[in-house]
Amino acid sequence: MKKIHHRIIEISGNVISVDAENIAYNTLAEVTTGDQVSLAQVIRLEGKRVYLQVFAGSRGISTDSQVRFLGKPMQVTSSENILGRVFTGSGTPRDQGPHLRESMIDIGTPSVNPARRIIPSNMIRTGLPMIDVFNSLVESQKLPIFSSAGEPYNELLARIAMQAEVDIIMIGGMGLKHDDYIFFRDTLEEKGALTRSVMFIHTASDPVVECLLVPDMTLAVAENYAVNGKRVLVLLTDMTSFCDALKEIAITMEQIPSNRGYPGDLYSQLASRYEKAVDFEGAGSITILSVTTMPGDDVTHPVPDNTGYITEGQFYLTNQRIDPFGSLSRLKQLVNDKTRPDHRPIMDNMIRLYADYRETLEKRSMGFRMNEWDQKLLRYGGLFEERMMDLDVNINLEEALDQGWQTLAECFESSEVGLKSDLINNYWPQNGSNSQNSDDQTNGQDQTD
Amino acid sequence: MAEEQKTGTVSGVNGNMITVVFDTQVVQNEVAYVLTGDMRLKSEVIRVRDRVADLQVYEQSGGIRVGDKVEFTDELLSVQLGPGLLTKVYDGLQNPLAELAEESGFFLQRGLYFPPLDMETKWEFTPTAEVGAELRAGETLGTVPEGIFEHRIMLPFGWSGKWRVTEIAEKKEFSLKEHVATVEQNGEQRQVFMVQSWPVRVPISNYSKKMLPSETLVTQQRIVDTFFPVAKGGTFCTPGPFGAGKTVLQHALSQFSQVDVVVVAACGERAGEVVEILREYPELEDPRTGRSLMDRTIIICNTSSMPVAAREASIYTSVTLAEYYRQMGLNVLLLADSTSRWAQALREMSGRLEEIPGEEAFPAYLESLIAGFYERAGLVRLYDGSTGSVTIGGAVSPAGGNFEEPVTQATLKVVGGFLGLSRDRANARRFPAIDPLESWSKYPPIVERKKVRQASDILRRGNEINQMMKVVGEEGTPISDFVVHLKGELLDSVYLQQNTFDKVDGATSAERQQYCFEKIIQILHQEFQFENKDQARRFFNQLRQLLIDWNYEEFESDNFQQSEEKINQMLNGQES
Ligand SMILES: Nc1ncnc2c1ncn2[C@@H]1O[C@H](COP(=O)(O)OP(=O)(O)O)[C@@H](O)[C@H]1O
Ligand SMILES: [Mg+2]
Repeated sequence: MKKIHHRIIEISGNVISVDAENIAYNTLAEVTTGDQVSLAQVIRLEGKRVYLQVFAGSRGISTDSQVRFLGKPMQVTSSENILGRVFTGSGTPRDQGPHLRESMIDIGTPSVNPARRIIPSNMIRTGLPMIDVFNSLVESQKLPIFSSAGEPYNELLARIAMQAEVDIIMIGGMGLKHDDYIFFRDTLEEKGALTRSVMFIHTASDPVVECLLVPDMTLAVAENYAVNGKRVLVLLTDMTSFCDALKEIAITMEQIPSNRGYPGDLYSQLASRYEKAVDFEGAGSITILSVTTMPGDDVTHPVPDNTGYITEGQFYLTNQRIDPFGSLSRLKQLVNDKTRPDHRPIMDNMIRLYADYRETLEKRSMGFRMNEWDQKLLRYGGLFEERMMDLDVNINLEEALDQGWQTLAECFESSEVGLKSDLINNYWPQNGSNSQNSDDQTNGQDQTD
Repeated sequence: MAEEQKTGTVSGVNGNMITVVFDTQVVQNEVAYVLTGDMRLKSEVIRVRDRVADLQVYEQSGGIRVGDKVEFTDELLSVQLGPGLLTKVYDGLQNPLAELAEESGFFLQRGLYFPPLDMETKWEFTPTAEVGAELRAGETLGTVPEGIFEHRIMLPFGWSGKWRVTEIAEKKEFSLKEHVATVEQNGEQRQVFMVQSWPVRVPISNYSKKMLPSETLVTQQRIVDTFFPVAKGGTFCTPGPFGAGKTVLQHALSQFSQVDVVVVAACGERAGEVVEILREYPELEDPRTGRSLMDRTIIICNTSSMPVAAREASIYTSVTLAEYYRQMGLNVLLLADSTSRWAQALREMSGRLEEIPGEEAFPAYLESLIAGFYERAGLVRLYDGSTGSVTIGGAVSPAGGNFEEPVTQATLKVVGGFLGLSRDRANARRFPAIDPLESWSKYPPIVERKKVRQASDILRRGNEINQMMKVVGEEGTPISDFVVHLKGELLDSVYLQQNTFDKVDGATSAERQQYCFEKIIQILHQEFQFENKDQARRFFNQLRQLLIDWNYEEFESDNFQQSEEKINQMLNGQES
């Protein structure tokens, strides 16, 4: 029934054009060359001329390739059978499973009405003290990990995903190394989480246009689950690859770049994805954790910069640790007053003391004399890094808070830490200060026995 | 007699810009609707060349086809002005979001538009003009109570010349559908309704004159009112990198500023931040009126994932609503977060129009648009002799936090106050993170200027000494310099810094600022005798604690006085 167009007029970058009539903007077409079929999307209409962005790239497309318009926008299946499956950015299976063509839903859906949003209120526990204690993650938050190249950001994402109490895990991989993809799949499988996960994976060797589709495909499925009452955690890695794909395509389209080659709408592009994070009143939620690798370790680079303006905070991952400075969960105050009364004071005081420790380190490196207080800080800083910052630490919030008190008590007098007396009375470890940790104590008891 | 519908036909689509071949004539900036499927998508003419008009569509343009029909309305993009605007939450095109949600649920729906004001609600009209009176546009015919205000019903702003009142309603309830007066000019009769429409890109200028802003607008933020004040009718900007506290500061200003009406323009930023206002303001009490804070607030909410063209319009929608309430002799504060997102929307459209780009691809006319926007602020004398003001405060989000970029620079040229937020201060949790060494204001502070200069001087010197100390160490610094440094730090931590989230400390009245600033000045002037630096540091630490405690006590309460007594004792003890 649908007319097939044979004469391709222009091929440039990933874009081809044909003359056709009555074509709707943003709808799809199938481009067939020999036995190769690729999807393409209408990205510009000019009179009769129709410009199409070919998802698989234009390589191999000939002037007499066939173009068949499908008359519908990009869609993804919302079938229950999607769980456990892996797809490419354009939605074809990457695993051995069947094509899913039932219950198709549009991607890139409209924005949530701000008047229907609610103030988020549930903490997501991760087992990482740097998050749970110092920058609590909140259900429906959107939060990127700003990472230097080579840091274990995907391991961190996977770990949080395995630990978090959510119903569905969605993974959107962009420019992923094949190994990383295997890593995610194996981790999900090992922990038995595969059956509540869906992956849309674009690897570095796949066509660049498919990279652009990954967030929308992933989020459309996530949104469908969330509206139907599921708590969904979406992992997007690496959003810098997504932005670079935007850049590449903008440049081939001869758009005027705004900043270091990135298109002027980079902010809006990122925002329309990140703002999908939401808590639906009376239904489910979407929480987005993403990775943004920082080119040249530079936060002011357009990608982390625009991201930071959109997301609700950020975690800095440097030297295998989540750095307490610069890392921020903008929503933490919505949850950290409902955990334990000592949560906020411990958070504030331990960070303040750690900042003092860093200052002392600087003083020491400049050759200034270390006084008694400096010595205490040095001891404290070391313990803080070992017990709180190390990514191998995996304890729940309450244990982490107890550890916090313990560490303070080992390093300082209770009057030195600036905590209110009623808290000190309640929480200051009885075994007193300086070098008595609980292990020593048990040993001591063993000896007396 | 229906006028002939002007129409056109879509000939091209590129993102949210479409080209339309029109049949008769079009007007620049007029509104048109694209008929696609069963939807009518609102758009605006933004360029005309020959028989072809370029339109920006205020919605996603997916599904539009070449050949789709376009209906032109002959009307510029306008807002409805009348009683009922207060407490409302609108998108950038004045669609009421709560009503939209009732219709379309969780998601915004393309092509769904609602009247901004409820046409059925009755308002009690009290006439103030009499039959026979000659009125100009903008003069008052009567009033209706809207919350705590007398909402003036004015002769529509666009009617030129003098109009004679031929008929005016008695004191009675009317809906916006009913006319309340009839006026006449050269034999032409017109009915006056309590609602009128006004094109958002045109300033409302029905007043006798614009005056120099001279009265401080008290924001109850100490660093603002005392050091970098804002004036009623003035303009200021708050640029800063992400996380520096722009939004928290704007929320504080919207909550604590002593003005009549606040228009919050959430322009292209996070939706979640508006939700905090939406959900919290109805519960918060405005201490000036005893009513809910929401009663004096209008929210224009076109957040980052909402259509970009409507984001561009939202700035104009906001300022038009602000100007409207100024016409009633009220002081209005417009807070826009963030003007950079508006500028980016301009940039996106300019790119689609393939205009020659300026710096960072912003359009060459960016500067004049920014100037034009802030120009709409002002203190005015109205025809009846009363005054009203619109104050504009714009957040700016510079790329990379670097102020040397087009939007910040263009803004700095036209505003009267620059409250620059610094990443360093935010990282050190010195909130509000307004940089006291970089910021400036042309407006009068609530305390003596001379004393502000003295205090600023200590800050500056203290900072220099601190820098020096990082090189030579504490040992190499003379104790006199060290004390200056401590005084600067004290001023910073007990006066410039303020706990926005504390019930008492979050808002410091002008009176209290004047009182406490005297104390600070006294301390800054006092000569202290210390044996060594440790003693000096200990003294100032203790003093700081006392002053912070003092900040948390209700002004003039017993505790406040006791706290002050302790401070005095400490200061006297030092003297003796
Ligand atoms: N006055 C303040 N007091 C305490 N914390 C603040 C203050 N201002 C900002 N913050 C902290 O900084 C974070 C970012 O502030 P925000 O206003 O959202 O920054 P911006 O709008 O500049 O990106 C907040 O979530 C809060 O944790
Ligand atoms: Mg902000």
